[in-house]
Amino acid sequence: MDGFTSTILPYRAILSARFRMLLQYRAAAVAGLWTQIFFGLVLIMVYEAFYRSGDAPKPMALAQVVSYVWLGQALFAMLPWNVDGEVAGMIRTGAVAYELCRPVDLYWLWYARAVAQRVAPTILRAVPMTVLAMLLLPRIGLGEWRLVPPPTLASGVAFGGALLCALLLGCAITVLLNVSLFWTIAGEGIVVMGAAAVSFLSGMIVPLPLLPDWSQLVLRWLPFAGLVDLPFRVYTGHIAPADVSGVLLRQVMWTLVLIGIGRWLLARGMRRVVIQGG
Amino acid sequence: MPQIVVENLAKTFHVAERSAGLWGAVRGLAHRRYREVRALDGVSFTIEPGELVGYIGPNGAGKSTTVKALAGILVPDGGRCEVRGRVPWKDRITHVGEIGVVFGQRTQLWWDLPVVESFELLRDIYRVSTSEYESARDELIDLLDLKMLLDVPVRQLSLGQRMRCDLAAALLHRPPILFLDEPTIGLDAVSKLAVRDFIRRLNRERGVTVILTTHDMDDIEALCTRVIVIGSGKILSDGTLAELRARVTRERWLTIDLADGESDGAIDDPDVTVIRREGQRVCLAFDPQRVAPAELIRRVTSRHAIHDLFVENPPIEAIVARLYSDAPR
Repeated sequence: MDGFTSTILPYRAILSARFRMLLQYRAAAVAGLWTQIFFGLVLIMVYEAFYRSGDAPKPMALAQVVSYVWLGQALFAMLPWNVDGEVAGMIRTGAVAYELCRPVDLYWLWYARAVAQRVAPTILRAVPMTVLAMLLLPRIGLGEWRLVPPPTLASGVAFGGALLCALLLGCAITVLLNVSLFWTIAGEGIVVMGAAAVSFLSGMIVPLPLLPDWSQLVLRWLPFAGLVDLPFRVYTGHIAPADVSGVLLRQVMWTLVLIGIGRWLLARGMRRVVIQGG
Repeated sequence: MPQIVVENLAKTFHVAERSAGLWGAVRGLAHRRYREVRALDGVSFTIEPGELVGYIGPNGAGKSTTVKALAGILVPDGGRCEVRGRVPWKDRITHVGEIGVVFGQRTQLWWDLPVVESFELLRDIYRVSTSEYESARDELIDLLDLKMLLDVPVRQLSLGQRMRCDLAAALLHRPPILFLDEPTIGLDAVSKLAVRDFIRRLNRERGVTVILTTHDMDDIEALCTRVIVIGSGKILSDGTLAELRARVTRERWLTIDLADGESDGAIDDPDVTVIRREGQRVCLAFDPQRVAPAELIRRVTSRHAIHDLFVENPPIEAIVARLYSDAPR
């Protein structure tokens, strides 16, 4: 084994094990699919009514909003909205002691877990969701409400980059949520508040350009836009491919900052942890 | 040179307290009271390579806290601790690669995976090469009789089977030091014997240093050449089993089975105390330096009709119970 392979071996192993385990939850994904289609259609109807009712200039075209909504439904599981059930269980029962006995950097081990936690359910949902929203809707006469492909190849490529960075950013936030469990054993409070904040501030509930002007500055400086709003707007062409470097820079900067905070909190959490049960 | 050095180790926990009831819960929101618990209060000992040390004490005495400090999981407030020349919590990653740990009440195996997949994950996490892993695995399968369990998901294992697999999991990277925190807790008699036998062989044949915490005094008597007793965060005794006995009490027990018709005959000898009496069986404690066992037996048999008798050392439970009750609170 060469040095690099040996270094990443533990993290790769835990990632692929968690990934395989999470892929087993196919039934939940299929069940979720119908809920999300329904939810997506309701949202689109609301936006359509809203767009038809006023003459004021809109910050986004309706077709862009529609694609934004479907992307949100397809990539919903990538949003850092929940903790890793296995980590929560380990902290509650004290089995986290074993996790601390591994000859690996605990932060990256948990980051690898977070990657699996974000990617596996996303794959299960994104592929069927995209097929349905892009190909099925036009066939049943709902062509206006379909997910349209990116306007140019450049937008598509730029979206790929922004989506990857959104994943890395989302994983850093996921680890933060997991680390918070060291302080609140039940984990409910911070996670529920965190999920609500992340959903709203990222643009998952309402596309951020549709929010009031006074909020735009704040939203731009928070990390959450990088999760949903920025990559989705790159996809729809609302952000031109030429401007994507600024998007990537914001995402990467925030990822690095949150990794730094996560490492610091984890080190503190480990020092302070009174492992449950004597 | 000692493999493990612990000097004046101290750790205080601050436990949040809450008064009982709803009002207590409400008050707890505004103002938290903390109680200090001295889990370790100046603990010192050294352990040489190849020792098999029993580390015992009542619940909450500081056993697990010591093991966690030695494993690098917990950072103590004061004192020195070195394992193979390293401070566990400072050099955590290198350190934990050279130790094996089993917490008897928890499993390190992945609940939903077959046992062998957990082993393979641990192989990668500990960066063990394939050939070394295979030889260690096969050896452990053989010693612990795991062949039939390898493909079973962990959640379907019995506690005894799980413990055998957990022991194997802790040793796949061939650590020279093994920490066992209550490895026989909850096991049936057969599983206990299997686990003890394995620990003994690991220690004698491979020279692995073993530190074992337990509440089961049979574990101690069957395995340990040395016993460290801890109570309220302080070391109460450290030495061989014989030394522990000698320190706590010289007492010896004489158990006699009285013949029929003797059941209400009182035993009133100035040199003995009656410990208990169950039907025809009477258990007496005496000090062999005050009265020789032969003399005592002669006296008792001359006064009472006796069916059977035997002399024994008090069980280690009794010794330890006395040590705990004498300990300063």
